[in-house]
Amino acid sequence: MSGAKEEVLSRIRRSLKDVPRNERPEDVPVERGYRTESDTSREELIELFAERVSEYDATVTRVEEAELPAAIEKALRRRGVRRLVVPPDLPEGWVPKGVEVLSDADRLSNRDLDASDGVLTGCALGIAQTGTIALDAGERQGRRALTLLPDYHLCVVREDQVVGLVPEAFDRLRDAVQSEGRAITFISGPSATSDIELERVAGVHGPRTLDVLLVGRALS
Amino acid sequence: MRVALFITCFNDTLFPETGIATVRLLERLGVEVDFPREQTCCGQMHFNTGYQREAIPLVRRFVKIFSPYEAVVAPSGSCVGMVRELYPMAAELAGDNKLAEEVEALAPRVFELSEFLVKKLGVTDVGAYYPHRVTYHPTCHSLRMIKVGDAPLALLRAVRGLDLVELSQAEECCGFGGTFAVKNADTSAAMLADKVRHILDTRAEACAAGDNSCLMHIGGALRRQRTGVATVHLAEILASTEEEIRR
Amino acid sequence: MKQDAFSPGGGAPFEVLAKESLANSQLRRNLGKATTTIRQKRAAAVGEMPDWEELREAGRALKERVMRHLDEYLLQLEESVTRAGGKVHWARDAREANRIVASIARGHAAREVVKVKSIATDETKLNEYLEREGIRAIETDLAELIIQLSGEESSHILVPAIHKNRSEIRELFLRELDAGDLSDEPTDLTNTARLYLRKKFLEAEVGISGANFAVAETGTVSVVESEGNGRMCTTLPRVLVTVMGIEKVIPAWQDFEVFMQLLPRSSTAERMNPYTSFWTGVSEGDGPQEFHLVLLDNGRTDVLADERGRQALNCIRCSACLNVCPVYERVGGHAYNSVYPGPIGAILTPQLVGIGKKGPDSLPYASSLCGACYEVCPVKINIPEVLIELRGKVVRHKQDAGEGWRSRLDPENAAMQLMARNFSDVRLYEASQKLAKAGQWPLARGGVIQRLPGRLSGWSAVRDLKPVPRQTFREWWKKERGS
Repeated sequence: MSGAKEEVLSRIRRSLKDVPRNERPEDVPVERGYRTESDTSREELIELFAERVSEYDATVTRVEEAELPAAIEKALRRRGVRRLVVPPDLPEGWVPKGVEVLSDADRLSNRDLDASDGVLTGCALGIAQTGTIALDAGERQGRRALTLLPDYHLCVVREDQVVGLVPEAFDRLRDAVQSEGRAITFISGPSATSDIELERVAGVHGPRTLDVLLVGRALS
Repeated sequence: MRVALFITCFNDTLFPETGIATVRLLERLGVEVDFPREQTCCGQMHFNTGYQREAIPLVRRFVKIFSPYEAVVAPSGSCVGMVRELYPMAAELAGDNKLAEEVEALAPRVFELSEFLVKKLGVTDVGAYYPHRVTYHPTCHSLRMIKVGDAPLALLRAVRGLDLVELSQAEECCGFGGTFAVKNADTSAAMLADKVRHILDTRAEACAAGDNSCLMHIGGALRRQRTGVATVHLAEILASTEEEIRR
Repeated sequence: MKQDAFSPGGGAPFEVLAKESLANSQLRRNLGKATTTIRQKRAAAVGEMPDWEELREAGRALKERVMRHLDEYLLQLEESVTRAGGKVHWARDAREANRIVASIARGHAAREVVKVKSIATDETKLNEYLEREGIRAIETDLAELIIQLSGEESSHILVPAIHKNRSEIRELFLRELDAGDLSDEPTDLTNTARLYLRKKFLEAEVGISGANFAVAETGTVSVVESEGNGRMCTTLPRVLVTVMGIEKVIPAWQDFEVFMQLLPRSSTAERMNPYTSFWTGVSEGDGPQEFHLVLLDNGRTDVLADERGRQALNCIRCSACLNVCPVYERVGGHAYNSVYPGPIGAILTPQLVGIGKKGPDSLPYASSLCGACYEVCPVKINIPEVLIELRGKVVRHKQDAGEGWRSRLDPENAAMQLMARNFSDVRLYEASQKLAKAGQWPLARGGVIQRLPGRLSGWSAVRDLKPVPRQTFREWWKKERGS
């Protein structure tokens, strides 16, 4: 195969004979005139995040830290979740009594995940501008399959995890990728398709239902 | 102010009335008009159909003939688009740096009629009178290539007696596209059918535009279908005055 | 056997294939409805971005930077992916890419592989190749599944089954998926596909994907999607093979901040698409434990050779240009006879397969040069300009290839040569104006021309032609103003 590599590279070099030999990539100017930081107030950002997530057929409930366990319990009950997948490092207090916990500490099989009723995780961050939740396989999230096979995802987002714009998100995620090579998943609402007559159907292969608990200080 | 009229070969041969209207209108506004007799064609048809080798001599001719003028005005968005947006590419294909420089110097001085009036002369009310119900089709090259913006609409809105009706999906191409209308006649006809339907929906007496090529295409269908709807170049509306009509 | 983007559909030119599509009123209705809807949505999604133009410019510039230094970036990408535990393969052409994928699948004794929509592998006709090798590739994107089950070709980059309506899909599923009771509601149809594919995802040992972007700096590859089948294919199987065109590399992780804003709004008119996966080589205990990245040339380096045409490689496959194109809106994708339809296909296909083939040569002419595509392109590909450049190449190729007499006899060429000569000299030009007035009398009847001969008959099929007036403008000027 090394023959292929050499040949492709030499074809490229032949095709680029108009590019001066001493030109470096940085010599091609890239003007980054777009916004990189949101100038919106924190409270407005949180509200925008909640609004935009809910525009994707997902629900958003704003709760105080102390109310979180009760809110989780309520959400799971509402969705009829009895067998709940959790990442190994999920805070113990989050899981209500009476729910069967399938902890990935035991390395669940795909079949186990598929047979569960739902998954409960935290996240890496949220993006207000787009209503996106980013997972980075880090704290309280576990590996990717956990949030993929169960049909229901309950995701806890802390207010201080919400950033304003897309560039802020990529900036924050850089370390997880660059130094640890962790996988990143962006989730903007439950999966969807518009492949049939462009009519949007929510819920195809990933979790068909996404509930978000947005945890912050007390609301006035 | 003195300008050179770039009549375009198409208007010269097929739509002399548009040229005459352009001259009358500009002179009425105090502009001195010169018509360089040597001019023929800007080379657009050749260039856009792929006959670029053949177009390059025409580009050179044009540059030579019009370079001495402070401003060049043409009643065609498409031909102005050729000069402003594609002459640089032509010069590059010709591998001629001197031509490229001349093009760079000339191109910003070449104006489509409506933008010349609104942006260069700064007038929108040209004292015209045209007592008809009219809809306006913003031709693609005026709209997207040379970006005349709403200059034509601003001019039309100031015309006394004119009832301007909005054309739905106005910004969609009419399907002319030069040799496209011949090479892809069926697709062109399908695009034209929709444009005609939208024009008829406005119940306008006439469809106006800044390009006679598109108007010939649209008008050809309006006539074939015996719709009774006319096509008229923007210049002719703007040139028409109350005195003239009463006469 | 050389595989290329242009399907060997008899090699018919665009205008011939378009005729068929134009006569299909069901297709016209579906397309009209779909393109109109998505156009409006896109405009709204873009409209809420105050820095859209700045993002477009950054996207364009980044792509230009990549193309001008593609060799360096690919080497950097290889190094990063390898460092992260992946293996990089290089493929000169479709056949080589297919062979690499097949040998990996065979190495894991896979008889079935799950696949997420990838135009690169449509281009290489990977599925057919695998089939011959005894490996079944299951398309898992809903639209791709529909296309695969019906044995058709995709007609849109993003919505491949845009030409099919719900009742056609219901019948297809009843026939092919053994779905018992099934309505034609999209929700019902989608659920049927979900159940069928869930089994496939859980069983698959090998997943195959394309890539939207691959970052040279970190080795991160991304798949941008809506349905979750991309996550399934890139997460569940033990082995993942990603086939990507060499032009998909981007310099740095940070550059996602540009492309992940441009792509979703341009393609599905969303602020963000439902799911995007970013993976960097192999992560222990998470996802595939074996990752192969196949870098595909297959004509791309030829596209790169044209300084103006190379911008076609900047494409991020959003399909906005298809949705706004008045030609695409009416004829659909099949007339382009390529895995890359629409305006971008019209500039990409002929460059990928080379000038001098009847079908692909017709594609640069499948445009009225209205410029709507350029206006919406998120990376500012000047499609009309490249169309014109390619027309020039097609004509020059014809002129140079056709022996002297043949190109002289070609009616279009002959007419163009004659006109070019007339335009080059004002005396010849004025003489030809007189000739036109005199020569039209056999055609003009009652002040209009209703029928033109030969190649021009397409014009007069639906339009009258105004005859040449008695007096040209220059004659008027001369009379009024003297010389």
